[in-house]
Amino acid sequence: MKRSFSSFMTRQDMVGFAILAVVIFVLLPISLDTFRLNLFGKYLTYAFVAIGLVLCWGAGGILSLGQGVFFGLGGYCMAMFLKLEASTPENTSIQSTPGIPDFMDWNQLTALPAWWEPFHSLAFALFAVVAVPVFFAFIIGVAMFRRRVGGVYFAIITQAFAAILTILIIGQQGYTGGVNGITDLRTLKGWDIRTDEAKEILYYVNGVMLFVVLFAAQFIRKSKLGRLLIAMRDQEDRVRFSGYDVAAFKIFVFCAGAAFAGIGGAMFTLQVGFMSPTLVGIVPSIEMVIFCAVGGRISILGAVYGALLVNWAKTTFSESFPELWLLGLGALFIAVVMVFPNGLAGVYSEHVAPRINRLFNKSAADMAGAKTPAE
Amino acid sequence: MSTSNPNFVLMVEGLTVSFDGFKAVNDLSFYVEPNECRVIIGPNGAGKTTVLDLICGRTKATSGSVNFKGQELLNMREDQIVHAGVGRKFQTPSVYEDLTVFENLELSYPKGHGVFGALTFRRDDQVKARIKEIAETIFLDDQLDEKAAYLSHGQKQWLEIGMLLIQDPELLMLDEPVAGMSVAERKKTAELLNRIIQDRSVIVIEHDMGFVEDIATRVTVLHQGKTLSEGSMERVQNDPKVIEVYLGH
Repeated sequence: MKRSFSSFMTRQDMVGFAILAVVIFVLLPISLDTFRLNLFGKYLTYAFVAIGLVLCWGAGGILSLGQGVFFGLGGYCMAMFLKLEASTPENTSIQSTPGIPDFMDWNQLTALPAWWEPFHSLAFALFAVVAVPVFFAFIIGVAMFRRRVGGVYFAIITQAFAAILTILIIGQQGYTGGVNGITDLRTLKGWDIRTDEAKEILYYVNGVMLFVVLFAAQFIRKSKLGRLLIAMRDQEDRVRFSGYDVAAFKIFVFCAGAAFAGIGGAMFTLQVGFMSPTLVGIVPSIEMVIFCAVGGRISILGAVYGALLVNWAKTTFSESFPELWLLGLGALFIAVVMVFPNGLAGVYSEHVAPRINRLFNKSAADMAGAKTPAE
Repeated sequence: MSTSNPNFVLMVEGLTVSFDGFKAVNDLSFYVEPNECRVIIGPNGAGKTTVLDLICGRTKATSGSVNFKGQELLNMREDQIVHAGVGRKFQTPSVYEDLTVFENLELSYPKGHGVFGALTFRRDDQVKARIKEIAETIFLDDQLDEKAAYLSHGQKQWLEIGMLLIQDPELLMLDEPVAGMSVAERKKTAELLNRIIQDRSVIVIEHDMGFVEDIATRVTVLHQGKTLSEGSMERVQNDPKVIEVYLGH
């Protein structure tokens, strides 16, 4: 038996990871100018969410239509730090209250709200980028999964959360920047994030973070917990009556997805330079599910390609046919569900991988000569 | 029947569940001794499966008591009941179709049941040896790497029995373990069950009378959520009430 060897990564997984690394760290940077590279960096931040969805939805069968909430919370935590850094008394001397973010001043706030204070610290902000989404996911998870809410009902409730958070952010303009979001972010610890050089560096930081998340997701999937998720999706009762607290596992994977989404949101803020409620609500949350579905909800690598491809298509088509894009996106989703239910990853594993395997095995057999085959 | 005998593994007393006023199980009491194989029979809708559901926590009882080795099961969560030592097999084979036979058995191995435990669970030699051993018992040692979806109906039943065996429960509850099996499979299953019901208490729901006669220590006949008759197979078979409502036709 070859189990111990393949417990974390099979040869195929390693090849997949390596190809993605080449695409992200070599192919895209050499073939794109800084503007386009930054754009692809933005697309990749959605991949963080899609990877979380692969765990929750693809493996665990928990469809969340509210991942934008966690993406947004992570992004806002980062934006709050950057905004405070940008709002020095010197920069904001024309305001009636210098030293607080501009939108607060416009809304007649005269002091920084207490809950903004900790975001002066970068360490706290980075901690909050993960902790705040996880905290909210935990609350939602406990409330829903302990009551055995699942399936469509869970999806609708997460959707409601996305709507609630958007309304809250827009309504509390003085504290959140309202519908415009938190804009005009400039420096990170004195380092200007708006220059071309910074954008390239941030692209690579984003790529590295993506791989950290990919490895974490791979670890979860290949652990017994990953197999339990699949088992829960098929036979929840059997898992429960094999002595597992099903709700605890669902809460865990939902929190993991939220943590990934939060990191993605923070990377979005850093690369794009703002955060707004348009990235939190129902529509972006559903778009993120589409990225995951197109990439193949069973494959974490597929999710990354799905996010890249759909967003690239979105940019390209909406530049030429702005009105038609939403219809195109809808058609794409329907096509994927009807023709390729496992998305790009399904196409790969059904049509491409067998051919590659045949090739590999043939050459391996040639090289091995008299040696016995591996299996 | 004595009531407070500490030698009973399971004491069910006054168990009642009402669904919108309909009492599926009505003031039911029975007692299971160590190493006893209790068979529950009865016509459709008698409440047999509901009784198992109540014991393992799948359905919440309206009133009554289920005492397992001194613990009251009615207040416990399903997974806690499993850890207390109660295993349950469902009527339709419930296996994880997308996982291999090996993985199916591994998930039932009694280790790493918390979130952290499952993340750090290692497939050590002890686990592998135990899975191999169980796979041999359930005639599936050649199919360990096969996905459960590709097993025959009978093999899925065996796999689920194997998943329970690896838990090594003190009380094993089986819901129609030979239903839907071919004659050959049925014979093999009877042989398998005869082996695994040793050293533990078992509650079986079954319709096949030949099979019941083979394995039962005692038989409980349920009718409309109540005990109609209880005792040895012979006694139950000759009970005029039982003949009238169940065995007669």
